[in-house]
Amino acid sequence: MGGVKTTTKQKIAFSVLFLCTLIVVLPVLFVLWAILKGGAPAINWQFLSTMPREGMREGGIYPAIIGTIYLVSLSVLFSLPIGLFAAIYLNEYAKDNLLTRLIRLAIVNLSGVSSVVYGLFGLALFVNFLKFGVSILSGALTLAIMNLPVIIIASTEALASVPFSFREVSLSLGASRWQTVRYSVLPNAIPGILTGAILSLARAAGETAPILFTVAAFYLPKLPKSIFDQAMALPYHLYIISTQIPNIKTEVRYGTALVLIGIVFSMNIFAVVIRAKFRKKKKW
Amino acid sequence: MSKITTKNLNLWYGSFHALKDVNLSFYEKKITAIIGPSGCGKSTLLRVFNRMNDLVEGVKVEGDVLIDNEPICGTGVCDLVKLRKKVGMVFQRPNPFPLSVYENIVFGLRVHDLAVKKDYDKIVYESLNSVLLWDDLKDRLRKSALSLSLEQKQRLCIARTIAVKPDIVLMDEPCSALDPQATARIEELMRELKNSYTIVIVTHNMQQAARVSEDTGFMLLGELIEFARTEDIFTRPQDKRTEDYITGRYG
Repeated sequence: MGGVKTTTKQKIAFSVLFLCTLIVVLPVLFVLWAILKGGAPAINWQFLSTMPREGMREGGIYPAIIGTIYLVSLSVLFSLPIGLFAAIYLNEYAKDNLLTRLIRLAIVNLSGVSSVVYGLFGLALFVNFLKFGVSILSGALTLAIMNLPVIIIASTEALASVPFSFREVSLSLGASRWQTVRYSVLPNAIPGILTGAILSLARAAGETAPILFTVAAFYLPKLPKSIFDQAMALPYHLYIISTQIPNIKTEVRYGTALVLIGIVFSMNIFAVVIRAKFRKKKKW
Repeated sequence: MSKITTKNLNLWYGSFHALKDVNLSFYEKKITAIIGPSGCGKSTLLRVFNRMNDLVEGVKVEGDVLIDNEPICGTGVCDLVKLRKKVGMVFQRPNPFPLSVYENIVFGLRVHDLAVKKDYDKIVYESLNSVLLWDDLKDRLRKSALSLSLEQKQRLCIARTIAVKPDIVLMDEPCSALDPQATARIEELMRELKNSYTIVIVTHNMQQAARVSEDTGFMLLGELIEFARTEDIFTRPQDKRTEDYITGRYG
């Protein structure tokens, strides 16, 4: 255990750790750089705001952007309230017994199920059984179901991080359990819940498999009129123009990828900002 | 007059027998102290009176607890909201909500729908005034309660408790997070408050019990060993175990 040897060991350890971090970060940076470089020339107002033309080789990706925005916003309308209420039930009301432990385990497992399984489930339940057809509604519901476990887990953690003493004081003042949740737990958990919800939405925006069978249109150069219409969506559009359309300009593909990544990235940044604000305010 | 009476009170946490046949009476508008070593069940006893033990899973209570000669239902279902409005509690760690001073005090009013909004200001004034915080905080009512000193926080917690106008105030080692000067001032406040409230204080600080209380109960391993006037407990303890504890020979 000589002094020199210890510092040498430390240096080696730090180098290995740093190298591993680099291996994680470098590919991401490279992907971002490649997409930015290839896609930036394609980005202009026309690309973002017009319909695709010439078998999607020309024109813009407007309907795909709108489709993705519709899908993501509609899915959050379903998944956030249901997920939040489920989390409140699990964390604030449910007793710790075999049943609730099984439910928790199931939720954790569900969050790891591959997205194509959700896609097929959505096809069977929403498209065929409930007869919503291939529609925005079916797609949004499928995305919502895929997101539910993630939102429940994030919300449960946010609720659990609120100090127990807040509940204790509130109850001791004569508040009911619901009032306690509503006025002294939830307000302090909201930022964490929002962060989780936004991150899960960002994932939903980028997923292809769940919308493949439930909503996505191959080529639909008009905007959807109702939630029962089909729609184009960015990830699926990207998949199509990358695999099914020969002789398409690479910058259109990269441009589409850039827009998709831009949307996902800005949602993530938004989540990070909320979290950072929350940390600053939190003092207990 | 007896405010709280327990008859053959027993409590178990799972298989652990935490309170054994406790029989005692707390008198109205007096301060009663419960002393005893850590783990003797004094906090558990306190939390029987506002049923806070209900939060612990696997808790079982037997026997009777009467407040104003009416049972608060040791085991049955009862109106916890009404009970806890009547029996307020101050905790060991000052624990204001991360809200403004004002919002902390009106929390209970909102919950119970006790007052119309226009009376809030008056109640905030009265509550802060009775814990001697009004002059310090009158210009900081909208500031976060988390920015106060520990002593101010604990005073605020007491103000928050009395804002809903309880009959009884339970205090669970209310000064153990405070320095000696702050402790002395909170004790002074307790002597003020006993004119309006029945106070039960749990403390492991025997000097504190001797200074503030009229009656004292000594607990050991879940049993109430002795209950008497404070000066009698400290000058003429009847039980050998009480004597050992107050003279520091315990353990």
